[in-house]
Amino acid sequence: MTTIDQSILTWILLVPLAGALLVALAPDRGKLSNWIALLTTLATLGLTLHLPAHFVLGQSGFQFEINRIWIDNPAIAYHVGVDGLSLWLVVLVGLLAPVGVVASWNAIQSRRKIFFALFLVQQTAMLGVFLSLDLMVYYGFWELSLVPMAILIAMYGRKDGPKAALKFFLFTFIPSAPLLVAILWLYAQTHTFDFTTLQIYITHGLIPAAPLCWVALAFLFAFAVKVPVFPLHGWVADTYSEAPVALAMVVAGKLGLYSMLRFHIGLFPEQARAVAPYLVALAVIGILYGACLALVQRDFWRLAAFAALSHLSLITLGIYGLTFTGWDGAVYQILNHGVVDGALFLLLGALYDRYATSQINSYGGLAVKLPRTATVFVITSLAIIGLPMLNGFVGEFLILSSTFTGVSRGWAIAATLGVILGAAYMLWLVQRLFYGPESELALSRPPEDLHLGQLAVVWPLAVLMLVMGLAPSLWLPSIEKGIHPPKPKSADAALPYIATQTALPISSPVEGQR
Amino acid sequence: MNGYLHHLWLIPLLPFAGFLVNGILGRRLPKAGVTAVALIAPLAAFLVVLGATPAFFAAGAASWVETCPQPWIVAGALHVDFSFVLDQLSLVMLLVVTGVGFLIHVYSVGYMKHEEGYWRYFSYLNLFLFFMTVLVLAGNALVMFVGWEGVGLASYLLIGFYFQKKSAADAGKKAFIVNRIGDFGFLIAMFLLLANFGTLTFTEIGAKLAASPAWQGGVLTCIALCLMLGAAGKSAQIPLYIWLPDAMEGPTPVSALIHAATMVTAGVYMIARTHVLFDHSAFALSVVAIVGAATAIFAATIGLVQNDIKRVLAYSTVSQLGYMFLGLGVAAYSASIFHLMTHAFFKALLFLAAGSVIHGMGGEQDLRKMGGLRKKLPVTFAVTTIGVLAIAGFPPLAGFFSKDAILAAAFTQGPGGKLLWAVGLITALLTSFYMFRLWYLAFLGESRSPEVHPHESPWSMLGPLVILAGLSVVGGWVGIERFAGFLAPSVGERVAEAGGNSLEIILMVVAVAVAALGWFIADLLYRQRPARAAEVAAALPLGYKVLLNKYYVDEIYAAVIVKPLLAVSRFILEWVVDIAILGGLAWLLGGVATLTGAILQRWQSGNLRSYAAWLAAGAAALLLFLLVPWTTVLANLPAIHIGMAGR
Repeated sequence: MTTIDQSILTWILLVPLAGALLVALAPDRGKLSNWIALLTTLATLGLTLHLPAHFVLGQSGFQFEINRIWIDNPAIAYHVGVDGLSLWLVVLVGLLAPVGVVASWNAIQSRRKIFFALFLVQQTAMLGVFLSLDLMVYYGFWELSLVPMAILIAMYGRKDGPKAALKFFLFTFIPSAPLLVAILWLYAQTHTFDFTTLQIYITHGLIPAAPLCWVALAFLFAFAVKVPVFPLHGWVADTYSEAPVALAMVVAGKLGLYSMLRFHIGLFPEQARAVAPYLVALAVIGILYGACLALVQRDFWRLAAFAALSHLSLITLGIYGLTFTGWDGAVYQILNHGVVDGALFLLLGALYDRYATSQINSYGGLAVKLPRTATVFVITSLAIIGLPMLNGFVGEFLILSSTFTGVSRGWAIAATLGVILGAAYMLWLVQRLFYGPESELALSRPPEDLHLGQLAVVWPLAVLMLVMGLAPSLWLPSIEKGIHPPKPKSADAALPYIATQTALPISSPVEGQR
Repeated sequence: MNGYLHHLWLIPLLPFAGFLVNGILGRRLPKAGVTAVALIAPLAAFLVVLGATPAFFAAGAASWVETCPQPWIVAGALHVDFSFVLDQLSLVMLLVVTGVGFLIHVYSVGYMKHEEGYWRYFSYLNLFLFFMTVLVLAGNALVMFVGWEGVGLASYLLIGFYFQKKSAADAGKKAFIVNRIGDFGFLIAMFLLLANFGTLTFTEIGAKLAASPAWQGGVLTCIALCLMLGAAGKSAQIPLYIWLPDAMEGPTPVSALIHAATMVTAGVYMIARTHVLFDHSAFALSVVAIVGAATAIFAATIGLVQNDIKRVLAYSTVSQLGYMFLGLGVAAYSASIFHLMTHAFFKALLFLAAGSVIHGMGGEQDLRKMGGLRKKLPVTFAVTTIGVLAIAGFPPLAGFFSKDAILAAAFTQGPGGKLLWAVGLITALLTSFYMFRLWYLAFLGESRSPEVHPHESPWSMLGPLVILAGLSVVGGWVGIERFAGFLAPSVGERVAEAGGNSLEIILMVVAVAVAALGWFIADLLYRQRPARAAEVAAALPLGYKVLLNKYYVDEIYAAVIVKPLLAVSRFILEWVVDIAILGGLAWLLGGVATLTGAILQRWQSGNLRSYAAWLAAGAAALLLFLLVPWTTVLANLPAIHIGMAGR
């Protein structure tokens, strides 16, 4: 362990915060704030890349760990660490930050200082959520991640920002209250906020089981809203429509999904097992519901929102299928979703900046004048659809096949129907935006394709989609290491918890060979 | 073992390189450069396949050559490699794909010369060859699925090549989505394979099936039927054939390569590849046979009355693919592959010849406006004649042998087989009729558009036509016995026995007589008295209208599936569930919160600045909250705990 390994996580958390401070102190002149933010996010990305470079693959438990007492009483510790589960998610946050800055480059015309300062605070908050291993610190970062989001939605909303911000606030802050109560209750029982210690307490049954199920439920509720899980998705469409692109690309999904794996299933395996069948059902409903609604949206932000509901539900399905392959697929799909949605939002944002409308029907025939935008958009759409050789397919196949073999055939088949609907709404969107005769809107403005900064961001993302689709083995082994069963005994219990009802003449339980 | 066989990856990689070069640099390259890259890639791939052919024979007993696989997806219990295999089946398929593919590339140079997206066209065409060769070489179902979806993508891009035309963009999207329905079946089949065999590798599945006699019915029928759904999507069988006629919106060489010769036969290839599963399920096989026969005759009847030259050929393709499925369904896999090969020759020929006609007519596709082209386009006329005779099944042309092989195999399959044979025979009659109808309408008689001055195509287009015409003549001479003997290691030894020589000869004579009858009827209606065709149509107004409108299947699907889905999504799911119920609940929640807190009231005042400030204050409070000494708070907690434990 070198010195840098011992302090890298602190640096990762501090650099965006320092950048935010710098933006706040520097004069609001021209694009100075943009440049500071860009350099800060690039520096953060560089720091996060240190983690996979020095991650020891075979080693179990947390790495780059820092555990220092912060407050004696109550015992809050600055305990941060990375394992296979969070490793690539941290890198993903680092990667999407510069993408967000570039996407906001021209979109944010006023009050740049506030925007970029809050944007950088948001980065620290999200990184903190992935890194914290002390529940109180985790909770602090969790709440902190909601604040800049709400403010920026209110300030930069396209039509009715404050209303969307209020909705976002109500949907995400209110479920956090039971989460806080649950965390405090755990502390009262154990006098620790430490994740690993709590895991030991709970697995050894040192905490009364009856209230524990309520505690687990409080955790789950907060996470499920944030993902979102059907039917708690009410905030997503408005938030996507109103939030600045840089925030919309990170608002949904990964924080909640990660928290489900780490803090719901990780802390309360028994309770998670009990609710898993319901979540599997809600996830499958969410996949189809989101896809059906995406099919009939007239506004592309809302279409993206319901498409996200559909895809995030697929990941939820992978998580609560409680199979190892499903978890691998789920974590991989979180990464894929981040990369793909980053590109999608950047492109939609570029269109919105140019044409000032998100009404799909106003568009049409853009491919002639904007060939680059059209090309990258098609590639991104194909990744979303789950075309083999692009990244979306790998995660999708892992999740669906593990659900089929290890959870329930009926739900898996229903979820697979989403494959058809996904192609339908994405290709229809592509057609209505880019194909057909040139619309009045397309003719009304001089064509302006993606500029150099945007190209410098979207092409790497597009290449990443291809690489992640072709060589998932660059990521999957380290992810697998992070998904330990909470205790050795349950090594097999991460397995089919719903007995396969439709018994077949000969069946070899594939998951069981592990 | 010849080391040469370990360079199989070159076969897909060469077209992929061509795709990358033209896709990235094509816009800036001179046209000659684009052409060179586009032609070298498939030619080199073809030469590699040709080179592999003797090496393959030299390998002797090893009928299945696997190149060292690369791990692709390894997660949990799932382990899938990127593995390529070559056996007799994939070799035949590769020769067809790269050989015919190369000819069509050459033809395209002339045909697409004046198109704006010349480089784009060729990069897509190379991309198609890449995915098609991956599909053919795949050693396991997932790699095959990569190619499977990939050729769908190439097809989508090429059908929508003229994307500014709404009909073209619609057709591309329709093709992709309908294919996705088939892919759904393919995916479920893979899940079932994983659940039951724990592997997707074809050899391992075959070995496990061979090892235990317990495998039968049930699961295998499910897997086979799911695969059949996939095949029906890709190979345009009932009920998923609807995308193929629309796919004619693409440039004509694309119709020849993708929508006639190669991609649409992928379903046939896939079933032949997984035939061990079908062999264990008589039910699945009979489904395949019935779907094939029904599609064959159904599409042929629509083809009788179409006026667009490409649409006639499109329905003819659907119908011929039905023949191949009929053959698969009676377990005559070699006969199906034989027909796949000869069909690739004569259908590519017919499409390219149609392209030559369209090119010469300045874009005209309506048969009613053609006529008398035999003098103006003599070479095109000659090769089309060969193509028409071949597809109609006249000896000694290619179609005669392969069609005869399928019909003979069906005839020997008991009473059900006799019925399939009869349907096949009627289809042969219809085929012969509509092909000669096309021939008469386009080439004979007098020109019906005197204002158009058709010109013969350049030799870059005619060259491939002549070669394909040659193949359409000699393609069947190898004979089904020798062909089946060659394929036997791949698809099993079950060569259909024609039940003695005399029966075989009788069946042949009947088939040829039926083809001649079709020609005779076409001659009667379109040469002897051209007005008679209209009289027949007028005599059967209802039947004619139904056929002309393709049995209204598109309309029925729209009314039964598409519109209800959209209506349910919009009115029930969005308006009722999302906006009314869930939105209402959220509104209630918001209302309660608004009423309970005076602070919330102030928020609603609409002052952005105070709102933002309040949120910032909230954040600060939360941060402070972490620093507050907690002892006093925590002292009260056990009470809560007791309260909860008391339940």
